[in-house]
Amino acid sequence: MTFKKSRETTGETIFDVVNILIMILLLLSVAYPIWYILVYSFDDAIDASKAAFMLFPRKFTLYNYNIVFKDKAIFHAFAITVLRTVVGTVSSVFFTAMVSYGLSKKYLIGRKIYMGIGIVTLVFSAGMIPSYFVIKSLHLLNSFWVYIIPGLFSFYNALIFISFFKGLPDSIEESAQIDGANEFTIFLRIIIPLSMPVIATIALFNGVGQYNDYFTYVLYITDNESLRTMQNYLYQIIQANTALAMMKNVPAEMMAQNKTSAESLKYASMVVTCVPIVIVYPFLQKYFIKGVLIGSVKG
Amino acid sequence: MEVSHMKNVNLIPQKNSFLRKVYKQRYLLIMVIPGVIFMLVFNLYPVYFAQIGFKEYNVTMGTNLSLAHWVGLSYIKEFLNSPDFSNVMINTIGISFFKLLVGFPIPIIFALLLNEIKQSKFKKFIQTVTYLPHFLSWIIVAGIMLIWLADSGLLTKALYHMHIVDDTSNMLANANYFWAISVISELWKEFGWNSIIYLAAIAGIDMELFEAARIDGAGKFRQIWNITLPSIAPTVVLMLILSISGLFGSNFDQIFVLRNAVNAPASNVIDIYVYQQSFMYNRFDYATAVGLFRSLVSAILLVGANAFARRSTGNSIF
Repeated sequence: MTFKKSRETTGETIFDVVNILIMILLLLSVAYPIWYILVYSFDDAIDASKAAFMLFPRKFTLYNYNIVFKDKAIFHAFAITVLRTVVGTVSSVFFTAMVSYGLSKKYLIGRKIYMGIGIVTLVFSAGMIPSYFVIKSLHLLNSFWVYIIPGLFSFYNALIFISFFKGLPDSIEESAQIDGANEFTIFLRIIIPLSMPVIATIALFNGVGQYNDYFTYVLYITDNESLRTMQNYLYQIIQANTALAMMKNVPAEMMAQNKTSAESLKYASMVVTCVPIVIVYPFLQKYFIKGVLIGSVKG
Repeated sequence: MEVSHMKNVNLIPQKNSFLRKVYKQRYLLIMVIPGVIFMLVFNLYPVYFAQIGFKEYNVTMGTNLSLAHWVGLSYIKEFLNSPDFSNVMINTIGISFFKLLVGFPIPIIFALLLNEIKQSKFKKFIQTVTYLPHFLSWIIVAGIMLIWLADSGLLTKALYHMHIVDDTSNMLANANYFWAISVISELWKEFGWNSIIYLAAIAGIDMELFEAARIDGAGKFRQIWNITLPSIAPTVVLMLILSISGLFGSNFDQIFVLRNAVNAPASNVIDIYVYQQSFMYNRFDYATAVGLFRSLVSAILLVGANAFARRSTGNSIF
């Protein structure tokens, strides 16, 4: 006997209406600040500074972006960000997956020791200063590689990979081993293609982490402005010094007409910084969601 | 006469079975050892430098720690007795506590409400929009906040007109508002994302339970109270443990960009304190000792919370 859905009671209808109203309120409170930066950046500077509340740019202009893109430093920062995101993510995912594959084999010599070390790293960390000295003694200070090498292995991600690899059927590997393949070849040719969902998810989290990170530069790079990332450059812009510097690119007549302002430039720079993530994000939503769930299921 | 055993005499170790095992899995070991080396370098090696917390160190010594002489626990004692201690502890624990108090239940409630939305396209739209702030860096969010909470900023004026604040001056230059600003902005950024795990847990509940309850005349709230909440309780407890174990840390990324000299009395959490003492006052030795104190407390919290969970609910992280 199947249950038939009975007609909704009045109480339930009220609940649904109130619920929808709450959701709309939440949507507005989340979306409006983001929308506002967008609108402000496309609006004429004087107009924007006068307006209290804006839904659409009242005097649409691309001038703010014009000035932002005249800035050479921003392209350089963008290049560094893209480079570290791509190199860092690919290397970290591959390295962590490779190590994890080995750790997932019960017959690995010393396995319990390695896993034990890993668990300890999750619980206890020596701190910011000791890590700083390690980086210093490895000569990674003021080097591009400080974005890459310390991020190569994550035991947290390793646990996720290990749990996944353990779930793969042994038969595939066994038949490959009979054919004479060693574990590394099996890993490259068979395991990686089979693990694409997990790899994609971990790669996405890694990528976002690389893209949004700003503290690595603050802590480890003091002498090399060419290694600035978009986030660090944006940080400087927001603190006004660099916004004023950007305004040097504005020709005198335009300055006189107040065609742009430090404020508008800040907003335009913010948009430029978060556009890649915002554009890519909706398409990858299901991977992000899956990632949260995978992380919560430990093998 | 048997001669086959004479064929591969020196290449493959015969007698020592351990070496033979190693040889058999040499590729696997080659794949794993770099990871172990990594952990030893980036997790164990720092412990060597932790001794700076117990020695008198200055920058001219570089990485040559043998030049520094031993002072034992004097820095830890100095920290515990300093006037900074209570300020730092109150800020660290206070901010974390309120983030827990406010930020923990709201994603759960949001998940419960979102689950009741029947229009699936609308539901997906809500998810897409509310998960987005999680992917923005704190630089961007702080950027918005610096402008909106400034002197006569959009939010400042709005809050003034709602009589929530007394004047329209820069809200981030006021130590009294910092905790609230920190808690609410983090809530705004993460409530959607943090609800994902609860949404998934709710989705796993058997629909027949709800139908049966409906037939018995249970209203929406009764259903949520008697079916949904008990079913997601294991997930809630696990997330609560994780949150409590992080109580002594803080969202460094957020506080670093929002703090300034004026709101410092309220924004001086332990991680910021360590950073300042080392990179602004050059007291690397003292800062390391404080950092070790912090790591120790965090580790105890994590292990303790985990053991408590395992004992009381059977669920735990390790």
